[in-house]
Amino acid sequence: MGFLTYLINGLSLGSVYAIIALGYTMVYGIAKMLNFAHGDVIMIGSYLVFIGMSNIGGEQTGVMQVVKVVVCLAVSMIICAILGMVIEKVAYKPLRKATNLAVLITAIGVSYFLQNIALLIFGSNAVSFTSIISWQGISLAGGALKITGNAIVTIIVCIIIMVALMLFVQHTKPGQAMRAVSEDRDAAVLMGINVNATISLTFIIGSGLAAIAGALLCSSYPALTPYTGSMPGIKAFTAAVFGGIGSIPGALIGGLLLGIIEILAKAYISSQLADAIVFAVLIIVLLVKPTGILGKQIKEKV
Amino acid sequence: MKKKVLSLMLVSAMAASLFAGCGSDSSSQTEGESVDTSSELTWKIGGIGPTTGSAAQYGQGVMNAIQLAVDEVNEAGGINGYQISFNFQDDEADQQKSVNAYNTLKDWGMQILEGTVTSGACTAVAAETYNDRIFQLTPSASSTDVTSGHDNTFQVCFSDPNQGTVSADYISENNLATKIGVIYDSSDPYSTGVYQNFATEAANVGLEIVATEAFTSDNKTDFSTQLQKCKDAGADLLFLPFYYQEGSVVLTQANQMGYEPTMFGVDGFDGLLGVENFDVKLAEGVYLLTPFAADAEDEATQSFVSKYEEQFGGTPNQFAADAYDGIYILKAALESTDLTPEASNEEICDALIAAIQEVSYDGLTGNSMTWSDAGEVSKDPKAVIIQDGGYVSVE
Repeated sequence: MGFLTYLINGLSLGSVYAIIALGYTMVYGIAKMLNFAHGDVIMIGSYLVFIGMSNIGGEQTGVMQVVKVVVCLAVSMIICAILGMVIEKVAYKPLRKATNLAVLITAIGVSYFLQNIALLIFGSNAVSFTSIISWQGISLAGGALKITGNAIVTIIVCIIIMVALMLFVQHTKPGQAMRAVSEDRDAAVLMGINVNATISLTFIIGSGLAAIAGALLCSSYPALTPYTGSMPGIKAFTAAVFGGIGSIPGALIGGLLLGIIEILAKAYISSQLADAIVFAVLIIVLLVKPTGILGKQIKEKV
Repeated sequence: MKKKVLSLMLVSAMAASLFAGCGSDSSSQTEGESVDTSSELTWKIGGIGPTTGSAAQYGQGVMNAIQLAVDEVNEAGGINGYQISFNFQDDEADQQKSVNAYNTLKDWGMQILEGTVTSGACTAVAAETYNDRIFQLTPSASSTDVTSGHDNTFQVCFSDPNQGTVSADYISENNLATKIGVIYDSSDPYSTGVYQNFATEAANVGLEIVATEAFTSDNKTDFSTQLQKCKDAGADLLFLPFYYQEGSVVLTQANQMGYEPTMFGVDGFDGLLGVENFDVKLAEGVYLLTPFAADAEDEATQSFVSKYEEQFGGTPNQFAADAYDGIYILKAALESTDLTPEASNEEICDALIAAIQEVSYDGLTGNSMTWSDAGEVSKDPKAVIIQDGGYVSVE
């Protein structure tokens, strides 16, 4: 029973990593850059949900509770999407022709900028995030196996987002444009695709999803500070590389595996060494398959 | 052109972030400062602690309580006829920031340091005060690293060995549990120190530790696995030697899992009830070991608590009480010498090292406290239990 509980906890943690990893992987796939500010957009999203949940209309139950959560999430997603778009326009777009390194440094700068702004507005004291999922979960096998509502909802939401995103990328015009830009930006321009709009759309989707990821992350692990996003951000980036950066199913597989490995390492090997083990696995995978599990081998034409 | 405008915007955004940093810094400084502007000769006592950050409740408690004690002492005529001026700096419980804060205070002309509040930061600062020969009395940094090898550092609070040992004794004497699970922060010297001594004493008194789990500062939001392992091992009491912020997460996650052992914290759990938006119902029945209970009925405690509540709002925690005692301990030690603020740091330091070992002080956090040359205090702890959203002493 213990193993099953750990597995479900790992899946739940991995689902959060996977949703965050989507933001990294989509931006990398399309704009060929690492958006290190993504973790901090998650933090901003969590604070927005927190503010909404604690300030709008007192305690609700039943349907009203769900409505309130959906409204807060939607508002947070919209603000995060706008934030993501603004970050892209202000900090990344002017550097599109610059070296990768310059954009990387800018991204780190934006990340610190968001953290400092959050410190200034919210202060550095942690707030205890009330779970947006009031459902207590289910008990199986006479209480020996208890699955929390947070874990179930997180896993389901992750699957829904993945499927929706895959359908979007494969079967819609903007999705097609994304794939085209990802394949060859210059050729896409020649085919009449608006590259700037496509990249903006990528940031909007990634940042909107960050708001959901933030709310789910803080529901399961309820201490919210301006630094909340940075460690999960790094882990999710790891997951994206693990699964093959640029690939959407890769983000899912990478995220889930990372979460499961982390929890199982904690449970069966050593809780002191969990992080070291996670990164050791990453190194081994990259040694064997440098492009990640689902990464594509792109042959450079000479 | 467009590019230029954008790069200008970037520059201004960066400049803004720079100022943003400055803004928060200076505000936290002015908050703590109460520098005596008169040119009179005064005792310059510095304080360092986290008034922001994850352990902010400790730093704020300490800062407020020292201020309260300093005002009282000054009103009553000061020490050896001289007033005290007091300057408190924020360190966010970070070692590097703490040393920076210490340097700021040294530039100000600090003669005696009452700080720092947390163990990790205090160890870093103690190395500095030892080199500079500045007498240091920490209200609450409980690690033995703070005092070992430094003849100039003394503690008002229990040392970690003492806390770990006393906790194990307490659990065994009161038959609180037969199977114990421990979760500790392996990246924090305070937490690790308490845990190690707890484990040693638990073996001595025949307590069975069925699970020992750790977390690190990079990985302190998910305790579900550690809790699950303790639950599977059948632990009916969890010993949790770490700070209240992680404490609030552990209690929330244990509740989500439906795991309800007796929770036993040490002094780091003090502050649990003040975490923003934390459901205090989850803290019902949590034990914590502390030298100070705000509900104690002696006159000194009552008067301190009511003054503190009046001036700063909120009930003072044991850190505040330790800090308040600290000023009076310094006063007692200084008065047993005939020093004046004209003396150099070295003279004050050497005189106080000798004097504090002769002092026997009755304070808020214990009666007849005495100090050994190792810098550790000897006094009795009290256990409190959280009931109806407040601390209640357990006999």
